[in-house]
Amino acid sequence: MNLNLLILVPFLTAMAILFCRSLPAVRSIALAGSAIQLVLSLVLFYLFSQERMVNESLMLFEQNIVWFKTLNINYHIGVDGISVSMILLTAFVVLAGVLVSWKMPKATGGDGEMGREFFFLLMFLSLGAYGFFISLDLFTLFFFLEVAVIPKFLLIGIWGSGKKEYAAMKLALMLMGGSALVFVGLAGLYLNTYTATGLHTFDILEIANMSINHDMQLLFFPFAFVGFGIFTAIFPFHTWVPDGHSSAPTAASMFLAGISMKLGGYGCLRAAVLLMPEAAHYYSGWIVALSAIAIIYGAFATMMQTDLKYINAYSSVSHCGFVLLGIGMLTHTAIMGAVMQMVSHGLMTALFFAAIGMIYERTHTREVKKLGGLLKIMPFISTVFVIAGLCSLGLPGFSGFVAEMTVFVGAWEQVDAMYRLATILACASIVVTAVYILRAVGKAIMGPIADQHHLELTDARWNEKMAAGILIIGIVAIGIAPFWLTELVTPGTTAIMNQLNGF
Amino acid sequence: MNYANYIYLIPLLPLLSFLLLGFFGRKYVGSASGWVGVLSLGTSALLSVYTAFRYFFVDGLMDGKYQTIIPVKMEWLRFSETLSIDMGILLDPVSVMMLVVVTFVSLMVHLFSIGYMKGEERYATYFSYLSLFTFSMLGLVLSTNIFQIYMFWELVGVSSYLLIGYYFTKPSAVKASKKAFIVTRFADLGFLIGILILGFSGGSFDFATLIATLTNTQSPELTTMISSSFLGITLLSWALTLVFIGGAGKSAMFPLHIWLPDAMEGPTPVSALIHAATMVVAGVYLVARMFPVFALDPAVMQLITITGIISAVLAAIIACTQTDIKRVLAYSTMSQIGYMMFAMGISGYAFNDTGYTGSLFHLFTHAFFKSLLFLGAGAVIHYVHSNEMKDMGGLRKSMPITHITFLLACLAIAGIPPLAGFFSKEEILLAAWESNKTVYFMALGTSALTAFYMFRLYFSIFWSKEAAHHDNHHGEGTFTMKLPLLLLAGCTIGAGLIPFSNFVTSNNIPEKMELHLLFSIAPVLLAVLAIGIAAMLYKNENDKPDKIASSVNALYRTALNKFYIDEIYLFITKKIIFNLIAKPAAWIDRNIVDGLMNLLGNATIIVSDEAKSVQSGKVQWYALAFLGGILILTVAFIYLY
Amino acid sequence: MTEIPISHMLFVSTALFFIGMYGFFTRRNMITMLMAIELMLNSVNINFVIFNKYLYPDKMDGIFFTIFVITIAAAEAAVAIAIIINLYRSHQSIDVEEADNLKN
Repeated sequence: MNLNLLILVPFLTAMAILFCRSLPAVRSIALAGSAIQLVLSLVLFYLFSQERMVNESLMLFEQNIVWFKTLNINYHIGVDGISVSMILLTAFVVLAGVLVSWKMPKATGGDGEMGREFFFLLMFLSLGAYGFFISLDLFTLFFFLEVAVIPKFLLIGIWGSGKKEYAAMKLALMLMGGSALVFVGLAGLYLNTYTATGLHTFDILEIANMSINHDMQLLFFPFAFVGFGIFTAIFPFHTWVPDGHSSAPTAASMFLAGISMKLGGYGCLRAAVLLMPEAAHYYSGWIVALSAIAIIYGAFATMMQTDLKYINAYSSVSHCGFVLLGIGMLTHTAIMGAVMQMVSHGLMTALFFAAIGMIYERTHTREVKKLGGLLKIMPFISTVFVIAGLCSLGLPGFSGFVAEMTVFVGAWEQVDAMYRLATILACASIVVTAVYILRAVGKAIMGPIADQHHLELTDARWNEKMAAGILIIGIVAIGIAPFWLTELVTPGTTAIMNQLNGF
Repeated sequence: MNYANYIYLIPLLPLLSFLLLGFFGRKYVGSASGWVGVLSLGTSALLSVYTAFRYFFVDGLMDGKYQTIIPVKMEWLRFSETLSIDMGILLDPVSVMMLVVVTFVSLMVHLFSIGYMKGEERYATYFSYLSLFTFSMLGLVLSTNIFQIYMFWELVGVSSYLLIGYYFTKPSAVKASKKAFIVTRFADLGFLIGILILGFSGGSFDFATLIATLTNTQSPELTTMISSSFLGITLLSWALTLVFIGGAGKSAMFPLHIWLPDAMEGPTPVSALIHAATMVVAGVYLVARMFPVFALDPAVMQLITITGIISAVLAAIIACTQTDIKRVLAYSTMSQIGYMMFAMGISGYAFNDTGYTGSLFHLFTHAFFKSLLFLGAGAVIHYVHSNEMKDMGGLRKSMPITHITFLLACLAIAGIPPLAGFFSKEEILLAAWESNKTVYFMALGTSALTAFYMFRLYFSIFWSKEAAHHDNHHGEGTFTMKLPLLLLAGCTIGAGLIPFSNFVTSNNIPEKMELHLLFSIAPVLLAVLAIGIAAMLYKNENDKPDKIASSVNALYRTALNKFYIDEIYLFITKKIIFNLIAKPAAWIDRNIVDGLMNLLGNATIIVSDEAKSVQSGKVQWYALAFLGGILILTVAFIYLY
Repeated sequence: MTEIPISHMLFVSTALFFIGMYGFFTRRNMITMLMAIELMLNSVNINFVIFNKYLYPDKMDGIFFTIFVITIAAAEAAVAIAIIINLYRSHQSIDVEEADNLKN
């Protein structure tokens, strides 16, 4: 399969959107475009599974085009199981995000709702994400990472709510700071590569095959890892998450938590751990400590939040901690768990934000105290909210359980006492998660109706039902049949493990 | 017919009915939902009974032993070369017994609910939740793998959560459901870590492999688990204790029992199914399932015994003071499960097989008479629209069937021969007598207390004052409500006569059941005496109970307030966890961590403000600066090179 | 006729340069500043010619550069005067102190 399609489709959709006049036309095109993306990613998944049976090489569907000869930058693309799972996640979230934005969030600073610009930016963001996941060249990887950052600033700044300018600025600056660190790390890595032709190289596969100087790894690993880590809310650089999410419009929150936080995790795995395995071993204690702190401290901080979006944002900090914990543990199972947690968290948190967005759109409040008894008023939305909550607290049958358990089992394979302690702390967060989720559900969804005006509110519309349905299908598909996902990602994670054990 | 051909239908039929009712119930099935549930459960129950029949009588013994059969098994999630979660079905005497209990009681509850829940707005939802619970419970008892048990363990937890919170507009129900879930979740944390230790050190999550490895004294796994220790306790003890904590949470053992009485906020048939007959005995089942491993560590078994007996005594004392009939029953459940637990415990460390069999026998009989009690209580509550004993009295004439069946169940739980409870309780007491006299006497006292509070309940409901006028528009209930009562009463009479040790023993080798008539004299006499006292105090309305209560005021108040355990928990959660951990965490995050980020931002702004003033807009000033720069560079170049 | 020593010529060009610079820093009239710039440019031109003559008499590079600078200076003067005229139109003044719209 030609992977360029993954970039081309969002690009063409974005271009087509620019030529549309009315909102209905714009959103139909966006919907069609994102539906094609989903179909494409499913086809990719199918073809990949077929190809995987006969083809043993690490990356499939590779293409390598020279882009800038002097610096040896290539447009090198290809996918392994990890990328395919990320692409699937992106496609699911994009489609759901477009669907929930059917009724546009209010824009400020322009005339009207500016639907064209909104969907254009959404498409651009997805383009960045796809490009990032298929890149096998560090430079293009970085390029697409930047492409995915800029639209977020605009999405929050224009269509956001609350302290949106502050939030947009904070998010953009922190992510840019992360990108800067990433660039230092990647450039440092680049300058320490030597190929037969005497040039340096950005090519991931080539770098993976050479051994980078030990000291240089130690020097540049923190830059790359922390830089990508900021995207994944690594403690203590996670503070953009609550502010960014709470001000963002629903679809942007979904993209932000569902896709761009995954860019970080994927980058940590692909660029940092895979390419600098010695440094990964050296720093794994730090990674584990930071992520254990993020997990448990994020969970406790969530307990005190009263705004639904803040609750979900802080819980994202906690859940993304599992991703970093899994990566930091450096065992095969844990890394697989980290990948699964990325997919699972992406779907789940997107669903959560979608449900919160639907509630907010109707009640105009996200304060848990002002909500109550929504199950009676809007059963569908409430059920979605409860499902997202249950997935978040790791109920079997949903993806969260599978991913968390994989991380735990993998983490336990590290016999060192400190690692065990971190694992136990991480396990303890499942109780805290239950506390904050059930508090939110108990107050907002169940209980007596808080506001009599809410009785007039309507339940979900078709587009919202579809959006929720798509995400729930994803969650349940992983939750009840996780074996397809593990089979998909195993070759990729094995390669990383070989790299880690290989020096 | 091979097991593999149909056995998976037993759990899947309820799942199917859950999906059907969950998705389409409200709109399309409506009032037929109950019958959909009954149909699927009925089929499951028939298949279960057939399976039991086949397992025990057709296949029967092989080499003098009941075989463990795994007809269905698939790999579900592979973690590493040795560890994986498998989904499968395991048939051995315990699971087959549980299969019958769960499907039968669930069927009864479904039937009863058709009448009981009539007219509820979320009628279909209720039945879909019941089906979900039944599915999860069946999955739990049929598990082949400790992680599979954990999964279904969580699922029963969540279905219990949903059902307790069924009346979701009632704040107390919401609170109770939350409490039940969180407390058991806390216990599950222990369970999870226990599983991790067992799986990693024991080398497998699979029960058969795990048991085989660990019971082999030569295996390196066992050696590591015994030799390595943490905080002076061996790894094996840690693992088993943690697993037991999970079981104790689900089975409402002291001190994790606080959720069970509150869980009575759910509809009464739900209490009968989940909080009396099936889910709460999961802890006992868990210990039974891993019994050979537990038996390796006498210290843990002792812990189980102590927990069991404390729960039994404590709950019995509290039950004597409660006035809400469902709460009395809840504490009685806790007390009876305490019995099962300590029987397991002594059986483990004293190598006394009677305890194991007795424990599961009691589990079996208790399921029938306790669900009968709950359903009877449900019928009463349905009739008088109140849970409080003081609103009841003299109901024996208006509710004859409920009265008789309730009386039978009370006699059974009090241990009066020849009802079911007598046999199972005798066996437990016998085991206690043989192994540990202290436990025996405590158990004996508890058994007398049980008889007392059950008959206090019975007399207060059906005798006491004359029947008040109730606007009794539906009589005693529909036929579908009476039928389960009668069927369960039949089981209550008959179940004890089953020679249980012919079927279920710790090593699957049948034993002869022995009855020690002389031994039974003391408990039965005590029970009769306790019933007599209860009759004296509560048969007619009088002020004797109040007088006695005020004469032992301190004790009475303490018991009435459930030994203030709830308050202790509240203190820990509200004061310590919220104020000392969560609040500071949130504060630190907003003010220190985020503050640092903002500081960074603000510092940039300040620096840029300073830098900005250099841009004065004066061309000549710029030129001067330019010149100055050149001069400095010149000097630098001249003197540095 | 004795040749004028190179130091004299360099002295002239340096003096010219610093006169220009002084003018540039002290005058507030833009036209005068422009003239000061011309002075500086011309001092550079003198330098070019001198060095060309004394160091590389067989080459013409310095001379070419001088011509180049003269051309540029002409163009620059044209542009500068255009700017000044525009400035005068908008500010009614060609005082450089008043043209500080770019500050901060």
